[in-house]
Amino acid sequence: MVNIIWAGLASIGIIYALFNGTMEEVNEAIFAGAEEAVALTITLVSVLVFWLGLMQIAEKAGLLDKLAKLFRPLFKRLFPDIPRDHPAMGYILSNFSSNIFGLGHAATPFGIKAMQSLKKLNHDRPEASRSMITFLALNTSSVTLIPTTMIAIRMKYDSIAPTEIVGATIMATLVSTIGALLIDRFFYYRRQRSL
Amino acid sequence: MLVHVSNMIIPLLILSVLLYGTYKKVPTYEAFVEGGKEGVSMAVSLLPFLLGMLVSITIFRASGALDAFVHLLEPILSIFHIPPDIVPLALTRPISGTASLGVATDIIQNEGPDSFLGKLASTMQGSTDTTLYVLTVYFGAVQIKKMGDALKVGLLADLIGITASLIVCYLLFG
Repeated sequence: MVNIIWAGLASIGIIYALFNGTMEEVNEAIFAGAEEAVALTITLVSVLVFWLGLMQIAEKAGLLDKLAKLFRPLFKRLFPDIPRDHPAMGYILSNFSSNIFGLGHAATPFGIKAMQSLKKLNHDRPEASRSMITFLALNTSSVTLIPTTMIAIRMKYDSIAPTEIVGATIMATLVSTIGALLIDRFFYYRRQRSL
Repeated sequence: MLVHVSNMIIPLLILSVLLYGTYKKVPTYEAFVEGGKEGVSMAVSLLPFLLGMLVSITIFRASGALDAFVHLLEPILSIFHIPPDIVPLALTRPISGTASLGVATDIIQNEGPDSFLGKLASTMQGSTDTTLYVLTVYFGAVQIKKMGDALKVGLLADLIGITASLIVCYLLFG
């Protein structure tokens, strides 16, 4: 599916440009897109090195285990396939907490670590496991308590109440997260039935 | 107030990890370097995934196909009382975080941050994450080839998030 989306977006774009006379823009876009990816990777290097370094300290000090124990009752239900006290749970919780506080940059390294340990749990198979899909659903709907970026942009354009949207954002994010988890369950049970 | 609180979170988090680590006799600096090393190779291994996806998305956007697609959908969306100005944001949100942030900023700049559209754009942008980015980065990092239902679940969740933003904003600010 991702192959079709990927090839489709580029192909439709190029074919559309043929008729629309925007081939020059497309030419520029190819290199602009590639450059943006490199710039994004450089940002990622700084973010990943810093947060993975800090997380290593937290892990060695036993902080991740503490976090995992604290939220185990809730996350046990969301991820029934992860064994008790498995490190994956600590990473998932760190990722989740970073998202909640709007620290999108810190969430990515924790998320990748979580995925790595979920893959180990799945015996290094190249397909997505049940827990991986649930984790992904949780991340794409991303529970946010403080939408820091949007508050900053609203302030930049002289909003009289930049934080006015916080309540609305929390409500919308809760609905979408619950929805995402329900859809995830629905697809899981459908997979089970078809086996 | 809230902005001040969110400015404190990261420094306080760093402080508590460092203090607690030192208290637990963890060799903090060595542990930091050891953990950080992984980050370099991780980011580099993600580059091809990000580059491929971004080039494809930028071509789609620059050719004008995205605008045409939005234009095509407008009559259907107006039946559901969805303001046409918000459509580009709703459609770019799952595909590209930087593109949708650009669209949201544009709306806020042109309509004003305290207008209905400005608030709706802020809520929509802030309440969900970029599905395609999350999928590319997380599955790319661990070389998952068969994504199963992940993409469907992610895109349907976006649809719910966008609908929820619309309804909540109509109720609170409409």
